[in-house]
Amino acid sequence: MAEPRPLSPHLQIYRWPVTMMTSITHRATGVALAAGTVLLAWWLIAIATGPDAYAMVRTAAASPIGLIVIFGFIWSLAFHLLNGIRHLAWDVGLGFAVPTAVRTGVLVIVLSILLAVGVFATGYGVAP
Amino acid sequence: MSHRTPLARVEGLGSAHSGTAHFWQQRMSAVALVPLSIWFVVSLLGLVRADYVAAMDFLRAPINAVLMILFVVTLLYHMTLGIQVVIEDYVHSEGQKLTLLMLNRFFAWAVGAVSLFAIFRIAI
Repeated sequence: MAEPRPLSPHLQIYRWPVTMMTSITHRATGVALAAGTVLLAWWLIAIATGPDAYAMVRTAAASPIGLIVIFGFIWSLAFHLLNGIRHLAWDVGLGFAVPTAVRTGVLVIVLSILLAVGVFATGYGVAP
Repeated sequence: MSHRTPLARVEGLGSAHSGTAHFWQQRMSAVALVPLSIWFVVSLLGLVRADYVAAMDFLRAPINAVLMILFVVTLLYHMTLGIQVVIEDYVHSEGQKLTLLMLNRFFAWAVGAVSLFAIFRIAI
């Protein structure tokens, strides 16, 4: 590469529109979920190995950090799934108008949080 | 009749190096992952409080073993395609890019081999 040239326009001069935020978050959650495949493999290997290895996974999962990580993955998956469906709709030519894209973006953010909280509450008995 | 210029024919797909295959496979795996990931989350919800035996029994059921194989393979495929684009977008030094693109594939094969080995060992 030659000498670094100025990047234009700089990221920080942007007002962050919803569409831009959801686009970057889609990528970030995708990368996070990729890292999560290691945990999925760990879970599978633990079951294949035996009760002691499985107990270790359960202890890790029930720890405060474990619960935060699990909630993070649930939300990441919820967001990536819902926003992925939004992308698939765009792929067939639906919802391209800017006001529509902004509305579906807000919808995806709200639904992903509700879905993540709902799934987490179901799994960990916070819900009645 | 082709509207492509002689130059374009000689250079094939040009600097893109590929056509729409990557795009299409990314979308196809995305569509497959919608039901598969819902199945995965619902299944895990059932196993949160389950003991070791229940987890074993779950993966011993042929339907669950097969769905888990489909989920893992489709997930890892979708993942490599996605991470590949991230690398291609942000890494501009050719050497680093090739190394990371290779590591991306190695990572997926390693996680896939470990996961499938575990599923087979449990289910068979």
